[in-house]
Amino acid sequence: MSTSESPQSHIDVGDGAAIPTKSDVGLFTAWRIAFVGSIACCIFLAVYKPDPYLAIFKFVPDGILVTFKVTVGAILLAIVLGLFTGLGRISTNRLVNGIASLYVEVIRGIPLLVQIFYIYYALGRFVRIPDLFSAIIAMAVCYGAYMGEVFRAGIQSIPKGQMEAALSLGMSRRQAMRHVILPQSIKVVLPPIGNEFIALLKDSSLVSILAVSDLLRRCREFASESFTYFETYTVIALIYLVITLFFSKLIGIMEERLNAGK
Amino acid sequence: MRIEFSGIAKRFGDHQALKETTLALPDVHAMAIIGPSGGGKTTLLRLIAGLEIPDRGELFIDGERLESGQAALLRHRRSIGTVFQSFNLFPHLSALENIVLPLEKVHGYGRPAARDHAMALLERFQLAPHAGKRPAELSGGQQQRVAIVRAIAIRPRFLLLDEPTSALDPEMTAEVLDVIGELRTEGRDLIMVTHHMGFARSVADHCLFVGDGAILEEGPAEEFFAAPRSEQLRSFLAKILKY
Ligand SMILES: Nc1ncnc2c1ncn2[C@@H]1O[C@H](COP(=O)(O)OP(=O)(O)OP(=O)(O)O)[C@@H](O)[C@H]1O
Ligand SMILES: [Mg+2]
Repeated sequence: MSTSESPQSHIDVGDGAAIPTKSDVGLFTAWRIAFVGSIACCIFLAVYKPDPYLAIFKFVPDGILVTFKVTVGAILLAIVLGLFTGLGRISTNRLVNGIASLYVEVIRGIPLLVQIFYIYYALGRFVRIPDLFSAIIAMAVCYGAYMGEVFRAGIQSIPKGQMEAALSLGMSRRQAMRHVILPQSIKVVLPPIGNEFIALLKDSSLVSILAVSDLLRRCREFASESFTYFETYTVIALIYLVITLFFSKLIGIMEERLNAGK
Repeated sequence: MRIEFSGIAKRFGDHQALKETTLALPDVHAMAIIGPSGGGKTTLLRLIAGLEIPDRGELFIDGERLESGQAALLRHRRSIGTVFQSFNLFPHLSALENIVLPLEKVHGYGRPAARDHAMALLERFQLAPHAGKRPAELSGGQQQRVAIVRAIAIRPRFLLLDEPTSALDPEMTAEVLDVIGELRTEGRDLIMVTHHMGFARSVADHCLFVGDGAILEEGPAEEFFAAPRSEQLRSFLAKILKY
């Protein structure tokens, strides 16, 4: 029997790491080359070929804002949904457990693009809400299922002795979860949540098929008016790359801080 | 305290961890449970702690029948202090907060009162300098002493200790056994699973020998060690006292 009951420091959920690890050090890390390179490309294109690049860059900020709104809104909602799904998945209540498990299985079995269409039009049949919100809800419902698995794994990574100790002190299961288990799981679930955030940021481009003017849709509009498809998609790729690299680094740093403050 | 098992049994999967057991102990204050590994000592203790529900039979403590409803279990656990082999302190909280949390959330203390009570206990056990430290910053012996303080802080009727020193090296074992001895001297009732025969002999007034899911022998401490009746206990004691 082990004596040190520290929670597992790493869990593997999701499709793989989108966040650079600490082993990526040195001046010429892949991350630096990609980040600096893509920013340099943007500047170069804007300065040396202002037509059409500068025009494209001027056109997209609105789209970036929408992409952010969708991503942040969806991730926050997905975290809440995921927390309840994760709790449901480990619940001993058959009904609750069944609903949570069914939700996860169904969502995991349907392509994201199909889900987005489906939820968007399904919502549209019953309520009148702005397209942006429909898009956020659609993304959140999908990511909530994955997030549920993250929370389930995070909660289950806490040694059993912790729940036992809490119960033995007279806490109810709910109190033990809230004051003992969940606070410890945060450290374990934060890295995979960061990963999901990056994945969601990229997947948010799918909402452009709805009437939501995110980065991708905005650029497509520009391209179809100016017939500069190649140039526009070059810019989109570069902007997604810069944003994604920026956030993955930020999350990587947060993670390191968290581990340092053990 | 008065303890009565009436035909209790517990099974895990297809393993009978505790066979049907009946025993009445009308007046024990310090009970030691000894026995070979896997014999069912922990299972017995967890049943008393209300952390496990027997499949069959009834358990009476101080004449009160232990009910298996959630509310009753909760009430029962609130009245008992439990100390585990692996300490099970909450690693995200300081030593002080480990003690304060249950006082505040479960036992109706206001925050200042909880802190005062916890601090006074830490001081009494020479742990005050460590109040602000996380479990990871404490030695094993200190962690277990904090865990004991956490268990007695809730003013339990009695204390259950499951091999509280098994995870410790000899020096720390001594510091933890000293604390337990001290609690006993104060008149606190306790039930303890242990492999320290000398300690069991000096502290306990009653002993149980548990093996193979059954209480194989029981009796007052002096007789138990001086004149074991069963062959199993004799050979167990011989084995354990050999080194
Ligand atoms: N939760 C459980 N699930 C399955 N089997 C269990 C469980 N708890 C205990 N057992 C089994 O029941 C038997 C008795 O276990 P118990 O922990 O009570 O023994 P013990 O006397 O405390 O042993 P040790 O000295 O090793 O702590 C063992 O064979 C163990 O594997
Ligand atoms: Mg045991």
